[in-house]
Amino acid sequence: MNTTTLIRQLSSYRPSLDRDSLLKLSRRILGALGAPLLGLAMFLLLWQLAAARIDTSLGSFPGPMDVAGQAANLYQEHRAERERAVVFMERQEQRIQARLAQDPDWEPVRRGYTGPPTFFDQIGTSLLTVLAGFALASVIAIPLGIVMGLSRFASNAINPLVQIFKPVSPLAWLPIVTLVVAAVYVSDDPMFSRSFVVSMITVMLCCIWPTLINTSVGVTTVSQDLNNVSRVLRLGWFTHVRRIVLPSAIPMMFTGLRVSLGIAWMVLIAAEMLAQNPGLGKFVWDEFQNGSSDSLSRIMVAVLAIGLIGFLLDRIMLIIQRRVDWQKGAVS
Amino acid sequence: MKPLLDISSVSMRFPTPKGEFEALKDVNLKVNQGEFVSLIGHSGCGKSTVLNLVGGLYQATTGGIILDGKEVSEPGPERAIVFQNHSLLPWLSVWQNVELAVKEVFRGKKSRAEMRDWIEHNLDLVHMLHAKDKRPDEISGGMKQRVGIARALAMQPRLLLMDEPFGALDALTRAHLQDTLMEIQRELNNTVIMITHDVDEAVLLSDRIVMMTNGPSATIGEILNVELPRPRNRIALADDPTYNHYRHDVLSFLYEKQRKVEPFSRRRKASAPSETCTAQA
Repeated sequence: MNTTTLIRQLSSYRPSLDRDSLLKLSRRILGALGAPLLGLAMFLLLWQLAAARIDTSLGSFPGPMDVAGQAANLYQEHRAERERAVVFMERQEQRIQARLAQDPDWEPVRRGYTGPPTFFDQIGTSLLTVLAGFALASVIAIPLGIVMGLSRFASNAINPLVQIFKPVSPLAWLPIVTLVVAAVYVSDDPMFSRSFVVSMITVMLCCIWPTLINTSVGVTTVSQDLNNVSRVLRLGWFTHVRRIVLPSAIPMMFTGLRVSLGIAWMVLIAAEMLAQNPGLGKFVWDEFQNGSSDSLSRIMVAVLAIGLIGFLLDRIMLIIQRRVDWQKGAVS
Repeated sequence: MKPLLDISSVSMRFPTPKGEFEALKDVNLKVNQGEFVSLIGHSGCGKSTVLNLVGGLYQATTGGIILDGKEVSEPGPERAIVFQNHSLLPWLSVWQNVELAVKEVFRGKKSRAEMRDWIEHNLDLVHMLHAKDKRPDEISGGMKQRVGIARALAMQPRLLLMDEPFGALDALTRAHLQDTLMEIQRELNNTVIMITHDVDEAVLLSDRIVMMTNGPSATIGEILNVELPRPRNRIALADDPTYNHYRHDVLSFLYEKQRKVEPFSRRRKASAPSETCTAQA
């Protein structure tokens, strides 16, 4: 039984004095929520116990309560920073208006607020980067995977390269990407910051493989019967790919996309940390370098946020997959 | 009268790791306009190979196939095929499956409204209009096969090829579909080549039954003209001496003249894909 059916049952529940049905209901609640809650409680308990015994150079390891406190703190900092930004903008506007009143010909220059990015700004940057890298990887991997699936020659040509580059760690790519981007991406008025491009390309290089491999396998599994239907109808190459090949490959393709997005998120944090690109990874690194007594708690907040966001990203992909996938109930 | 389809001295050899395998040898058959021809024979006798050759999915090693004065060299909608396992696109609804074929075949020849009417007409013909928005996995096997037939008919083929269309269905559903097919035939008078394993089906539906010898190097053994008046009624025919005589002829060809002799040990393996000799990968 899952949580949604439970909620539905609870909402339709009319209290009665029937002891049996009450018992039954409480047993159901325990069955659905009991195990996860018990697991969570055990984890928090173990964490608390372990934390008290670990003494680091930055003080004792933070327990769950310290971390929760720091999470609230980070939110407060974010709010404060936003208020400061609003105040800054107002003050600037006032000054401009005052000067314009004296000197109507003056052309005002409005500047944006350049305070330090908060934890939540860093989350936003990371999400944007990971989605950009993932989108870029998908845009390359899906067409290439289709070509590999349709042509044995293309598959034989590309497959060895895939096998060699697939296991390469993002940390190995990063210096190369950084240098290449610095050399190639030169512009006086860049649309994206250089660090964004470096992170995005590193993410792309690492997360492209599952989608590529799964798409090509999905395409090769198109049934011979459907190919025959296509031949009898004399479908053109493009129609054949669009009407027969792509839908056949969608289940496999989405499995690949989900794996890719998971890898993308994992890689991004490492890349940001190492390359000092803005984002959650940089937040973690900065806190580590900062070395205050709160640092460990703040890093733990980031760790939990990273996990939660990774989980949510996968759920979103799953929802999209359920919408697109024609195999009813095949997706779990 | 010039035949619609002329299969002349067709042989088919498939390359295998153990050398060439000759599936068909010297097959000759002429089919007239409006004729319903069944191909019957044991599994592995190359029936499907004949159908795939006429359908253009295979190319004959020697000999040639002429339809309407033109040599068959590739598949095409004028030789629509009803596949054994329906081969509907699982991600399209019943309507969309037929629509895909209609759009491809009548592009530029029919208007949008005409196409819609034509799809509707063909689904109605097989009594499937009520399920037009269902997906293939939401309807039964018999219904899927009906849609497969509607799709093939919607291509308005010169020749309708059916590869054991009812082979995977239970006996009652099969009988029902055979009746539907006879009803459609009465209306459209299509030229049909159908592969079957089923002696009753062959006699009930066909004008001619082509009986094939066992492979390798299979060819046409005998041809039986079925001169039963139409419309045919399966219940009335059950006691009909002529019907039973035809039935007997086919049975004796299959089980006496062309008895499949296989040693027991081989037959046990036959449940595995020992049908290599059909070579219909």
